[in-house]
Amino acid sequence: MADEQTPKLSFWQKMLAIDRRAIFAFIFVALIFPLFFEISQEIPVSNDVRMLHEALEAIPDGALVLYSFDYDPPSAPELQPMAIAVIKAGLRKKWRMVYIGLWPQGPIQCDMAFRDAMLDERFKDLKLTYGTDYVNLGFQSGNEAVMQRMGSDIPGTFPRDFRGTPVAQLPIMNGIRNLGNFDFLINISSGYPGTREWVQFGVDRFGLPMVSGSTAVQTTEVSPYVGRQLKGLMGGMRGAAEYEQISNNPGRALKYMVGQSVAHVVVIFFIIVGNIAYFATRKRNQG
Amino acid sequence: MRREIPTAIAFFIGVVCIFQFFIPHWPFGTLVDTFSVWFQILQSFAIWLGALNLIKVSLEKSLDKRTHDRWYGWVVMAAFTLIFVVGMFFSGGRQFQEPGSEFDYLYRHLFTPLSSTMFALLAFYVASASYRAFRARTREATLLLIAAFIVMLGRAPIGDQMIAFVPEGYRLSDMASWIMTYPQIAGQRAIMIGIALGIISASMRLILGLERSYLGSE
Repeated sequence: MADEQTPKLSFWQKMLAIDRRAIFAFIFVALIFPLFFEISQEIPVSNDVRMLHEALEAIPDGALVLYSFDYDPPSAPELQPMAIAVIKAGLRKKWRMVYIGLWPQGPIQCDMAFRDAMLDERFKDLKLTYGTDYVNLGFQSGNEAVMQRMGSDIPGTFPRDFRGTPVAQLPIMNGIRNLGNFDFLINISSGYPGTREWVQFGVDRFGLPMVSGSTAVQTTEVSPYVGRQLKGLMGGMRGAAEYEQISNNPGRALKYMVGQSVAHVVVIFFIIVGNIAYFATRKRNQG
Repeated sequence: MRREIPTAIAFFIGVVCIFQFFIPHWPFGTLVDTFSVWFQILQSFAIWLGALNLIKVSLEKSLDKRTHDRWYGWVVMAAFTLIFVVGMFFSGGRQFQEPGSEFDYLYRHLFTPLSSTMFALLAFYVASASYRAFRARTREATLLLIAAFIVMLGRAPIGDQMIAFVPEGYRLSDMASWIMTYPQIAGQRAIMIGIALGIISASMRLILGLERSYLGSE
């Protein structure tokens, strides 16, 4: 009896009321399947990433470069491929690399990225000495206060490295007093403190040339700096994939982009279906 | 005096920080360096305060028998204790973050996948929310919809592959790039300038003692 009284829903009304778990299932399939296939796709390189690549290539071999890793594991799927790619650039050009983190998990992410970068066949024979060729100074709390202090006294800001070794015992730190001693700054960031604060203090205040890699969500906030304060920008997974491609260094980002592509198409498909259903049911309701 | 002294301290530190920006020499430079050290110490204590507050809130929640999800409080406390004890006492002291330590194992195999999973759930919720909320109800909403459509497809390589017959320079990635470079940056700059003016205004109110809500009520 109750069934007879229930009004029969049209196809589009059913589509409007679709269970969200059905959408979840489509997204799940879209993201999972591409991971099992080796699909290569050509990605057009954006101007921001091309500028970043050119800026990094212009840094002379053996330069002293500061890396700031300001993110944590939730953003790692997007940012870790960038971290690996820029560390590989440093290894290839034999920069002296100083790693820091303004997020507590940043230095650990850096350590993981460094080990992943060293797995590359090209660096198999590279003999690097910790403390001479590279160092991880670890995390310091204080956000902008850390940047401010680094402008005048880096050994005072980071008295010990990631492993607890006093910086005075690290040969790479000889002669490094403040931010002005670095040739370049590379920041991988997913929020506060991150790219915006480094622009305010590292670039505007202390004149350090800088490039950045940021999450897709944050990219819109920092893109106005590109061209003047930022020498280049990698935005989200797409930016990482573009850099991997332009630096001839295929990695995780290019692989994950296939899944992202398919997921975008699925979302757009649902938006179109949702709109058709909306207009179809509205017309029917008005009629 | 409970209000006057903190206000005077805020005024002094605020003025010194402003002067230091234009005159980064003694005494302003030295003073701001000292303030930065104090700030770092305060923030380090704030991390502890946050951790202790997390325990307090979780403990209260887990002991409250009226709430049906009180078991989550126990989970939070158990996870906190596990990471804390393992990192503090069973991971080689200062070298607790070294590869191969027990802390490193938990970080890599527990914390990293769990937090990445939480963040990845967004993709599913965004898809579901887009389906229900992205409607061409008004002219503005239609514009937003079209822009989102172009940017989403343009940012994925498949977008260009779907319309490979279109000449280069007019493809979805080019249109997405144009939207991101011109209208988006123009809007973003307007927002940033607005925020900066707001921050200057709020800071001046704090420095001049017009804004005292941070001191709490009498």
